Amino acid sequence: MQKLLLLGDEAIAQAGIDAGISGIYAYPGTPSTEITEYVISSKEAKEKGITATWCANEKTAAEAALGMSYAGKRAMTCMKHVGLNVAADPFVNSALTGANGGLIFVVADDPSMHSSQNEQDSRFFGKFAMIPVLEPSSQQEAYDMVHFGYELSEKYKVPVMLRITTRLAHSRAGVVRKTQREQNRFKLPEDLRQFVLLPGIARKKYQVHLKLQEDFQKESANSPFNQYFEGKDHSMGIIACGLAYNYLMENYPDRNIPYPVVKLSQYPAPLDMVEKLYMQCETILVLEEGFPMVEEMLKGLLNKGKQVRGRLDGSIPMAGELNPNIVSKALGFEQDPITPVPSLVTPRPPSLCKGCPHIDSFVGLNEAIESFGKGRVFSDIGCYTLSALPPYESINSCVDMGASITMAKGAADAGMKPSVAVIGDSTFTHSGITGLLDAVNAKSNITVIILDNATTAMTGGQPSSALNRIEDICKGVGVEEDHIRVIKPLRKNHEENTRILLEELNYDGVSVVIPRRECIQTLNKRMRAKFKSANTNLKNSKQ
Amino acid sequence: MKKDIILAGVGGQGILSIAAIIGYAAVESGLFLKQAEVHGMSQRGGDVQSHLRLSSDEIASDLIPQGKADMIISVEPMESLRYLPYLGPQGWLVTSIKPFVNIPNYPEMEQIMQQVEAQPNHIALDAETMAGELGSVKAANMVVLGAASPFLDLDYEKLEKAIHFVFGRKGEDLVQLNLNALKAGRDYAEKHMN
Repeated sequence: MQKLLLLGDEAIAQAGIDAGISGIYAYPGTPSTEITEYVISSKEAKEKGITATWCANEKTAAEAALGMSYAGKRAMTCMKHVGLNVAADPFVNSALTGANGGLIFVVADDPSMHSSQNEQDSRFFGKFAMIPVLEPSSQQEAYDMVHFGYELSEKYKVPVMLRITTRLAHSRAGVVRKTQREQNRFKLPEDLRQFVLLPGIARKKYQVHLKLQEDFQKESANSPFNQYFEGKDHSMGIIACGLAYNYLMENYPDRNIPYPVVKLSQYPAPLDMVEKLYMQCETILVLEEGFPMVEEMLKGLLNKGKQVRGRLDGSIPMAGELNPNIVSKALGFEQDPITPVPSLVTPRPPSLCKGCPHIDSFVGLNEAIESFGKGRVFSDIGCYTLSALPPYESINSCVDMGASITMAKGAADAGMKPSVAVIGDSTFTHSGITGLLDAVNAKSNITVIILDNATTAMTGGQPSSALNRIEDICKGVGVEEDHIRVIKPLRKNHEENTRILLEELNYDGVSVVIPRRECIQTLNKRMRAKFKSANTNLKNSKQ
Repeated sequence: MKKDIILAGVGGQGILSIAAIIGYAAVESGLFLKQAEVHGMSQRGGDVQSHLRLSSDEIASDLIPQGKADMIISVEPMESLRYLPYLGPQGWLVTSIKPFVNIPNYPEMEQIMQQVEAQPNHIALDAETMAGELGSVKAANMVVLGAASPFLDLDYEKLEKAIHFVFGRKGEDLVQLNLNALKAGRDYAEKHMN
């Protein structure tokens, strides 16, 4: 069988194509972006007529996937962990509506916050919604779990979560494909009230969902992804969840582990397996990527049983992702001396690109706001968040998608003037429009700067839902036309831009300034493609 | 056979191209491979690294344990030092000596070179100038790969084949440039490795 060298994200995407999805919906977010990107650029997916689209945000994406499931077809929706917060409403409620066609939520967590504002563990969301969660330990397992997940989803008519973390998402390994499945045909739910969560119906559905928990427990006990490995030394038993299993194996080059091990990759945690380990061993070590979820469950509130080691007792640090060295220490291995990083090595934080339009916008904003003093600029999530760092130090918040506008409103209500929001074009259509409507309705004194670089830049230049729509949206929401100002952020326009910004900072009411210039990265990409095709044309015309 | 390699550089310097070439050559050689990359925010001019693991046996962890790497291949001198905790006692450090200065407090080059030269096994070369002389500074990453190639335990021809595969779409001129860059790095290393 053909072996492909794939990122974990790409393995999931390829598996979706092979398992017969009819649609994939997402909003870009590291480390989940490459899943949808792969399907969008896949020729195979195109030939199969698979719908693959970027949506305005994770909630709209999840709902579209749920709608496709309603119509009987298999659907996938992908997001980063904080994206699941945005999609939490459809996610949790879809556990009760259930699925018709198979439905998988792929959620990519980012422990160590490589590209995120927190390191929340999505397995808790899976537990919260009481649905099966699959957590692969390898790229191959990620691929296999998509096939398995759709079977599980269609067998019990529930959505299934596939939880990965950054290291798996962005690591490449060989993957063997399975036999391809046909897509489902259009088929309405047998019960046309299946998706109607009126209280009277929802109560009944909840009872059904509660009953399903026993089945999910049985599935976990029999899952090919959960395994019990016997070991002779019962002084310790090890539970290794998802990717942590690899770090455990890495510490035994001959792959011979003396202790009993539970490899845990499907939740709810299989009770019999865990109980057997607990009864057999004197202490338990829990290795899990993310929060100490299994560890906490084992300990219980009173922690009066056997010694359970993990993040809670300090055997493993509470924060950050695992690695082979952390696991080695927890296993009690002696540590070889390590060459330290020479003290002269300085941090090199990411920065705005040379030629980035945001640079001109922030230089202008810094000058315009100078007379009012620092500390009045709320911002959002995107490349422009880097303006918090020197040399700009322009912004004072980065919380969640869209929060700049609504926080500026709240602060304006508290008497702050000027109260400024800085938000990117794609973030604006993700979650900024409703906040702007709030501000217009309340006639708040805020200035919203929508940095329009015509793309979703931070995640690699995906198309922006806001393209060519921003002024119309602002007008439609009710911002006065005279106070929707478009400027071109270029050094030669600095004085004029600063004057316009200052005028709007002084305006009483909602004003919007739109600095508009294409992202330097997408511009370069476009120019290279143009140059290449011009060259090809030239060559062809010479022949 | 087992080779654990840390690839280091600054976002945009082309370490993922190095990874792709070694990866292709490794798969062609029938080896197992795992390669952890950095995507997202750090790619904007921040420090980036990739853990590349090749082995004739199945590989467990996507990350290389500290103190176990066989090589650090770096396209930037300060970045080559950031990952010293990963380098094993017998490991090779191969780095370009051209600094990429995008921070105000970049250390003195002399001090950086002292640290590089303090490594028992190292190759330090001006890959950028060498690539420039061959036609484009953009091929500096292939010069560095060439300088690392004697220590990779991969057939040189497989690396050449990988360059054809990875750069083929971009035209024959670029393939040739990168092949020349690879060769220049290889020749340099063979002259200086002892």
